[in-house]
Amino acid sequence: METSAAKMITLTIEGRQVTVPEGTTILEAAKQVGVLIPHYCYHPGLPVAGVCRMCLVDVEKAPKLAPSCATTVTEGQIVHVHNEKSLEARKGVLEMLLINHPLDCPICDQSGECELQDYTYQEGREDSRYREPKRFNPAEDFGGDVVYVPNRCILCTRCVRFMDDVAEDPVLNVSERGDRALIGKFEGKDLTHPWAANVVDLCPVGALLSKDFLNKARAWELDRTASICPNCTQGCNVIMETRENQLVRMRPRPNEYVNAFFMCDWGRLNYRWMNEKNRIELPMVRQGSTLVATSWEQAITAAAAVLKGKRAFVAASPMLSNEALFLLTQLMQGGAFRVVEGDEAPLPGVDDLALRRERAANVYGAEALGFTKTRDLLGGLGQGDVLVIAGEDLVGVDSAALARASQVIVIGPVLPEGVTNAAVVLPVANFAEEEGTVTNLRGRVQRFTQARQAPGETRPSWLVLGDLLGALGKQSAFFLPSDVFARLASSNKAFAGLSYDAIGFKGLPLATAEATGPKAPLAMGAA
Amino acid sequence: MGYPHQSHQRETPVLSKHFGDEGARTLDGWKSRGGYQALEKALGMAPADIVSVVKESGLRGRGGAGFPTGMKWSFMKPGDGKPHYLCCNADESEPGTFKDRELMRWTPHALVEGCAIGAYAIGAETAYIYIRGEFTEPLYWMNQAVKEAYAAGIIGRNAMGTGKRIDVHVHKGAGAYICGEETALMNSLEGRRGNPRIKPPFPAVSGVFGMPTTINNVETLIAVCPILMNGADWYKKMSLSNPKSTGTKLYSVCGNIERPGTYEVVMGFPFREFLYDLCGGPLAGRSFKAVIPGGVSVPIQTMEEAEASLMDYEGFVAQGSMLGSGGVIVIDDAQSMVAVIARIARFFAHESCSQCTQCREGTAWTTKILERIRDGQGTTEDLDTLLDIAEQMTGKTICVLSDSCATPVVSGIKKFGREFEALIQGRGVHHVIAAVA
Amino acid sequence: MTPPPAEIRGGLDSPDHASHDSAAHEPYQPVFTAGGEARRELDELISHYPQKMAALLPALWIVQRERGWVSNEGMAEVAGLLDLTPAYVKGVVTFYTMYHQHPVGKYFIQVCTTSPCGICGAEDVARAFLEHTNAGELGVTSPDGRFTVIEVECLGACGFATPVMINEEFIESVTPEKIPSLLAGLE
Repeated sequence: METSAAKMITLTIEGRQVTVPEGTTILEAAKQVGVLIPHYCYHPGLPVAGVCRMCLVDVEKAPKLAPSCATTVTEGQIVHVHNEKSLEARKGVLEMLLINHPLDCPICDQSGECELQDYTYQEGREDSRYREPKRFNPAEDFGGDVVYVPNRCILCTRCVRFMDDVAEDPVLNVSERGDRALIGKFEGKDLTHPWAANVVDLCPVGALLSKDFLNKARAWELDRTASICPNCTQGCNVIMETRENQLVRMRPRPNEYVNAFFMCDWGRLNYRWMNEKNRIELPMVRQGSTLVATSWEQAITAAAAVLKGKRAFVAASPMLSNEALFLLTQLMQGGAFRVVEGDEAPLPGVDDLALRRERAANVYGAEALGFTKTRDLLGGLGQGDVLVIAGEDLVGVDSAALARASQVIVIGPVLPEGVTNAAVVLPVANFAEEEGTVTNLRGRVQRFTQARQAPGETRPSWLVLGDLLGALGKQSAFFLPSDVFARLASSNKAFAGLSYDAIGFKGLPLATAEATGPKAPLAMGAA
Repeated sequence: MGYPHQSHQRETPVLSKHFGDEGARTLDGWKSRGGYQALEKALGMAPADIVSVVKESGLRGRGGAGFPTGMKWSFMKPGDGKPHYLCCNADESEPGTFKDRELMRWTPHALVEGCAIGAYAIGAETAYIYIRGEFTEPLYWMNQAVKEAYAAGIIGRNAMGTGKRIDVHVHKGAGAYICGEETALMNSLEGRRGNPRIKPPFPAVSGVFGMPTTINNVETLIAVCPILMNGADWYKKMSLSNPKSTGTKLYSVCGNIERPGTYEVVMGFPFREFLYDLCGGPLAGRSFKAVIPGGVSVPIQTMEEAEASLMDYEGFVAQGSMLGSGGVIVIDDAQSMVAVIARIARFFAHESCSQCTQCREGTAWTTKILERIRDGQGTTEDLDTLLDIAEQMTGKTICVLSDSCATPVVSGIKKFGREFEALIQGRGVHHVIAAVA
Repeated sequence: MTPPPAEIRGGLDSPDHASHDSAAHEPYQPVFTAGGEARRELDELISHYPQKMAALLPALWIVQRERGWVSNEGMAEVAGLLDLTPAYVKGVVTFYTMYHQHPVGKYFIQVCTTSPCGICGAEDVARAFLEHTNAGELGVTSPDGRFTVIEVECLGACGFATPVMINEEFIESVTPEKIPSLLAGLE
């Protein structure tokens, strides 16, 4: 990236003057003045190929149109992107891309989020002049989550470059030559790399498709929200997509400080748990041997009564937000969490990016806020303590330890199976159903927003916990999660100076020595 | 040498002197014919001086681009601490061209010598001769010659006892016209698909293995030998028309002509006399209809244009074409221009590497339309479409294969449009084509 | 004006090589066994280049020479020796037309039909080969397994129309009349 010693070049693009460091391509310079030069094969996360020829621009005094993704700026250049010459060239590329392209829009998953559709609609021909038979190849299972439909392929080679240079697992190739060319692989060697499904995002058309998403929804039916992948401590930025309140897809959102443009397959495909159906939908209070549904006010009052004057131990989920965990610390004397572990799977072409061993979003937030990471979740539960189970399902936890608790309060989306004597049950949202922040393994605090509505009477965790603390006489209620965060920031040194506004949607690092996260964007492989 | 015919007296055999002379192929045979004196002389000169002589001679690349050779060599910066490479482009695949095949199978040592001189002049210790896989005889003879040259210490660690290292390796291609494009050749040499590279960077900056590289054609490198022996002035004087076109050129003559073969004439020779006199004119009972003077990538000439041409770089440009590789394809009145051009288009469609959209799709689309017209299924809209496609295929791609496909189509429709029209009208009915994909 | 010839099938719409034959073949015998001649040859070739990968095309030629074609196993073997992935090698093999990706007839006959030879009767030569070898169709091996005939692009001997390659042998100036004796001369 830029250093203060870099030479700066000034040029004009579509009448707008722009100054960029020497070595910047015309295409990237154009972005900085709001000019999007249509392109397919170029991607800022991949080495330049310059093959689609869509990005050709008219540079005054140059003998030929220049491929803007592969041409660096020179002082005083005057570049036209939307003049007749450039438009004609793009129209030609679009026509050529469509001659063998099947009329699949009605059955193609990419429809509605297809760059071939988009640019053709904007700048392409209205009709086709092609009268000959179209090239045909059968669809192929590439393994992993990926299906390849060669007929739709525009041979941009983004997928090949991703596997070669970013995943560093060259299992894809371009096979054959000329108009017979298609993407190929070797028999028996599939796209099983833990980051391979990124090729589906990278594919501008419907040639590479996700088997998981196949035929599930139309792009325009999806509601989208910015969020964070909850499935490990890397904290990849994502877009959560829902259809009729069901999460149907997660896709990476670019963040140059965390995940570049990518997310791993494990994270990407593990969204179904957020659609979990086995939910507590109403607040409940024990009456005798049964739990009886009640109003929120009564449930909160009952919970406060259980907690008043007693030692409380919180068994928390590392999926909970910083806000929820912070509020829990206000009512506990001790707290712990456990986290599922798996193998680390780095993406070699991006600095410090991996599917992490610890498979939950807020392990570091929990630790920073005073929770103990442990394999023995209830080990710290003292005799006679009130046990608050927050977000945990207790699967696999030895329920014998539960006997030490004087009372049990459940605050979570589901009722843990081994718990038969809960005094109060407060239904709260899961990760996809509320807003908050989480802290990744490099101490970066990132915001996530609500992607779906929680069922029944479920409320956000921070709201419920705020009310509970209010009922315990400890503080007034919160109306916004940002208020909770503001309280956290003012009372915890690590979070000092942070706010939702400041964090935005790229995140900010904690102000601690442990926050070793990059202050500068991650290094990418060779350009 | 009008090889395989008798040498015509109006030829100037310099490079082709020994075509058909089997004795010239061995090291001893070559030496007895004056071989390797040029290399000996070169190794006693400073590389910069060799470059000056070649520059002064006006030698231009004989592969088809016609770029001044001395200037190309001067792009290789001495003393940059990087290994330099020379690649000899022996991938001769331009239809109509077969001169390098003759040079290699009759005078293999001439090429070893030319490569050695070229390598030395550009500061390279290694030269690769990239020979297309189909060239069985040239591969055999070049491998023999390299082996002999190593054994005799002419090349190797201690070239001719001068202490200078010159390695020459033959590299066999595997069937791809596009590997004759210099950057595609480098990719192929590196063990990749023969995809042309985007320039910049240029080969002299970052070429094969990322190092400074010069790529020269077979004929160009061999021509350096007599230039060094006889001097730049001698070469410059061989110019009948334009002083920017000097020396002799090998022309591969083929098609519907009495004496096809490889001819060597001085730059600026009159094309009409070349075709009718040296090459024997049309076959019995036929007449010439069209000529492509420089391989299928250059514009087709009418006979009027051809007969007015002088055979050099500027001369062919002045008559609506280009010298190109010097592959002279003669087409007579028994041929269908549409069929010929359709087959040329099919060639390019077959050879497209597939990188650029316009080439990958355009070459095949052009071919399909032309074949449809040829087969009597064409429409007048097709001609407009062909010209539009050709426009889209020109000046917009990484390499010029795309432009090369467009050229015969454009020149064919422009100059032989009647034949296209006739085939289109011969159908009798104009169809209205529905605007549906 | 001569009418256009009846279309010879093959070319753009079909692969260069004979139809992809997925029938089972003999089990693959590695070519570059340690200490063997081929391995020595490959090591010598590798020494010509600063990067091992540059020996890929030469290595594939050795495989084809030794086994008659380049199978998936052959590609995998070469990949392993040159630190490449099989998918990468396959991408290279499918780019170049001279590597056979399946077995071909004992005599692989390649007829140039590009325009300079086309206007000198190359298509008649191709048709005559099909007839006399009994192969019937371009790219298909004859029933006796001896011949496969394909069209190829310019062989670089245009003045000697029509040039034909039979395996590694390059034959100039072939005409339909010469074909019977040419074929008779093959074992």
